[in-house]
Amino acid sequence: MHLSRWVATATVAALSVFLAGCSSQGSVRAAVKAEKDRNKAPGFTLKDATGRSVQLADYKGKVVLLNFWATWCGPCKIEIPWFIDFEQRYKDRGFAVLGVSMDEDGWEAVKPYIETKKVNYRVVIGTDEVADLYGGVSSLPTSFLIDRQGKIASTHVGLVSKSVYQNDIEQLLDNRGPVAEERTAPAAGGN
Amino acid sequence: MARWPKSVPLLLLAATSLFAQGNILTIAAPPKLQAKKNTTVTAKLEVQLRNGYHVNSNTPSDDYLIPLRLTWTAAPLAMKGVAYPKPKMEKYEFSEKPLSVFTGDFNLVTTFQVPASAAPGMQVISGKIRYQACTHKECFPPKTVEVKLPVDIVN
Repeated sequence: MHLSRWVATATVAALSVFLAGCSSQGSVRAAVKAEKDRNKAPGFTLKDATGRSVQLADYKGKVVLLNFWATWCGPCKIEIPWFIDFEQRYKDRGFAVLGVSMDEDGWEAVKPYIETKKVNYRVVIGTDEVADLYGGVSSLPTSFLIDRQGKIASTHVGLVSKSVYQNDIEQLLDNRGPVAEERTAPAAGGN
Repeated sequence: MARWPKSVPLLLLAATSLFAQGNILTIAAPPKLQAKKNTTVTAKLEVQLRNGYHVNSNTPSDDYLIPLRLTWTAAPLAMKGVAYPKPKMEKYEFSEKPLSVFTGDFNLVTTFQVPASAAPGMQVISGKIRYQACTHKECFPPKTVEVKLPVDIVN
């Protein structure tokens, strides 16, 4: 009797640990990495709403927030007003947001949405090939902060707070080193 | 002094494999449907959604959201309609207003007409469930799952 109860307790405990690991989706994977630990952001060429080609290389020397999103993704839509604000606030300091929509319907779905929301940064339609270059992008939103040297300084999977992005952006714009301590994800929606 | 029972590692392995291999949404294999000619019959699909996830209902709250849909290539039967469960209205961290969603376990019930002209015997008809799942923090690309329904057409 005691043994079976013990087995049940051990099983539940182990499953809890396993499930806690599963729920790490949506958390901040890393704060801004040390420069020596950053990998080069893969290059790509995609089309914007006007049909013009957009290359990541066009943003050389800038801090770029590369955001994979979709119109069907609720958490993505929370972030869009933040990114509009960042684009406006930091543009003159060498910062740009580049939105990569993963909508299957392409511009038919995306164009009305970005017009309605008055998105002030460039948006392109993504492809599976580009997503694969960035590790597959298995869930949305997924964002990469790319430093002025074209290297990925931080990755955020799932909804995080505006302040997390803002701290990372300012850190990269100021070219400060990484924060010493590991940051935990605060509640979304904070400013 | 309690000892670690030999069965525990096996139990844990089985439990973790179950989660590791499972999809967000799983559908139990439907039992064989006995379909008498010139009648209507119903087929129930039992759907399980992993804890912590939701899918948009068949009538989502927003035009941009992708509804859950069950469709059939029903021949030689004729599909009359699908009864979806009553959606839950749930508020998430990312939504300003409650969203119309399905969570947990639910059933999708399809009504088929069995034509008088249908040839007796075993058939397998195919259905597709398209859905788009999210947690409270992230969303996953729309996915389509195929289901096979064995049908025994009788006179």
